[in-house]
Amino acid sequence: MRVFTDLTSIVAPLDRANVDTDAIIPKQFLKSIRRTGFGVYLFDEWRYLDQGQPDMDCTNRPINKDFVLNKPQYKNAQILLARENFGCGSSREHAPWALEDYGFRAIIAPSFADIFYNNCFKNGLLPIALDAEIVDGLFKELSDDYSLTIDLAAQTITAPSGKTIAFDVDENRKFRLLNGLDDIGLTLQHADKIHAYETERAKRAPWLFA
Amino acid sequence: MAGKTLYDKLWEDHVVHHEDDGSCLIYIDRHLVHEVTSPQAFDGLRLAGRKPWNVARNLAVADHNVPTNHRDRGIADPVSRLQVETLDKNCAEFGITEFGMNDIRQGIVHVIGPEQGATLPGMTVVCGDSHTSTHGASGALAFGIGTSEVEHTLATQCLVQKKAKNLLISVDGEVGKGVTAKDIVLSIIGTIGTAGGNGFTIEFGGAAIRALSMEGRMTVCNMAIEAGARAGLVAVDDVTIDYYRNRPLSPKGDDWFMAERVWQNLHSDKDAVFDKIIHLDATKIKPQVTWGTSPELVVSVDANVPNPVDETDAVKAQSMQRALDYMGLQAGQKITDIQIDKVFIGSCTNSRIEDLRAAAVVVEGKKVAPNVKLALIVPGSGLIKQQAESEGLDKIFIDAGFEWRDAGCSMCLAMNADRLEEGERCASTSNRNFEGRQGYGGRTHLVSPAMAAAAGIAGHFVDVSHWLEK
Repeated sequence: MRVFTDLTSIVAPLDRANVDTDAIIPKQFLKSIRRTGFGVYLFDEWRYLDQGQPDMDCTNRPINKDFVLNKPQYKNAQILLARENFGCGSSREHAPWALEDYGFRAIIAPSFADIFYNNCFKNGLLPIALDAEIVDGLFKELSDDYSLTIDLAAQTITAPSGKTIAFDVDENRKFRLLNGLDDIGLTLQHADKIHAYETERAKRAPWLFA
Repeated sequence: MAGKTLYDKLWEDHVVHHEDDGSCLIYIDRHLVHEVTSPQAFDGLRLAGRKPWNVARNLAVADHNVPTNHRDRGIADPVSRLQVETLDKNCAEFGITEFGMNDIRQGIVHVIGPEQGATLPGMTVVCGDSHTSTHGASGALAFGIGTSEVEHTLATQCLVQKKAKNLLISVDGEVGKGVTAKDIVLSIIGTIGTAGGNGFTIEFGGAAIRALSMEGRMTVCNMAIEAGARAGLVAVDDVTIDYYRNRPLSPKGDDWFMAERVWQNLHSDKDAVFDKIIHLDATKIKPQVTWGTSPELVVSVDANVPNPVDETDAVKAQSMQRALDYMGLQAGQKITDIQIDKVFIGSCTNSRIEDLRAAAVVVEGKKVAPNVKLALIVPGSGLIKQQAESEGLDKIFIDAGFEWRDAGCSMCLAMNADRLEEGERCASTSNRNFEGRQGYGGRTHLVSPAMAAAAGIAGHFVDVSHWLEK
């Protein structure tokens, strides 16, 4: 997994609540058996005026000029700003894959759906939940070349004015993200405990191990 | 010391290891696998040279991409076909049991789990699918995961999780005629919102939940995720235990009696402490219809489409206006004046035998309205289809002008050929009314099976409770 330490980037404002994972990456792209290449189809139904299909070449598709990511000033944005309950709906990890593949590294919103939030950390993406008033303030402050600096180790966001905003993140998730660690490898360090659990559980619930 | 909630008990029963930051390594009793969210996980195993930790804990089925008619012709779409074939290959390579597309036991993963006894009370159940919450109806801790966690479960039979908070939603009293589990859960989502359950495990209780069959409880838990909760739960009672008697993978002989004793304890203690409790009055719930592009945008069938002007929260008002524009509706319009183009009865929410029976009662002896272009019945599994046919339900549907299909996810998310065309409006028993969910530009109204059936006959939404009283 990609390491996340700190990031300074332009911020793209997606001023919508309840952005669901069907919107982030529509179902037809989930037919892929690969883990990469979803970035060009990120927000496909909002971003393009035609209907996207898997493996489609997107270079000549008609684009929706009103959609925020199609505005030239946000072309290189690595931070996405959104409203509450971002990533709700389907558990598809294709959503964080698409965001990451497109170039986003962090998402700031008042709240995230639980499964999506969890999936982000497996893919080097940092979801940051801030109070709704603070997020609203960022939406209002935002201008075309507005950029924020995120420091994961210090758990702070610094605005152009120099103002800093603190954010929460689980220690364990932070550690894994800072070091780009493989979760499975870490869990397998407890292999003895897993075996012991299975032995003990088989006594209490033998039908599970019949 | 205060008593424990059902969720507390299930959690504590599965802790393998406590981490310093409060997260835990949780043992997973059952891992369900389908074709969409697993190929990259199997690739990950291969790349790292890993094998499944405990292969018997996994059960696989293809459901999202499978066609619901002409199965003998295979899958026409080459991309869909490759995904299903990839699941077949991966299961063969790693030794995982899979119900193939033409196996009578094939069906929607969340329907076949309980049907086979593959998911049981007291288990932890995960699947790379958010509607895994369905299995909580049997007093199992069940939740959806992403593909990285699918790989993690395959490799370790465990997941690193942080315990959620406890939310009790008590639906008190008795529902009226024509009001179903679907109406209860839509009403709950309308009340608490799609983010209302974020960070919680929801236990559904109260007289109206106790009165539901297992099928009805599955419908309620299925949509816990639409209320923002990864997991929903219903306590074990005689209804649960009777349901699991004699399922193919249920415990047998002495194991059954031991399991029954253990399962009797799968309820919240009387003095259990919940972080939050919400009460709903079941007698006030009427048949529900969603009008927008989020399940929380829902009203009773006798209401009008709401007006964003009446909403004080600016972000919400903006979402409502967007929803009206997408859905092609006017504020103030009567719900019963909304004409539909298609009907879909199916999905992991509402494709069980009880759902099909409820729809059949409504359509028997009637005909689908001329403005309805397609009315689909998609049973949740091959076995449900067989059961329905043995009861003659297929004939009732076919005579009324419905299409009688094979089992799969179908038009709930339109990954196969069943879908809405741009601008088409559907009365659907599925779980999500998001933009484009049932097809590019399609418009979804979520309702119960009886309500969908009635809308198919009338050509527009009607209050099915009036029909059932006659």
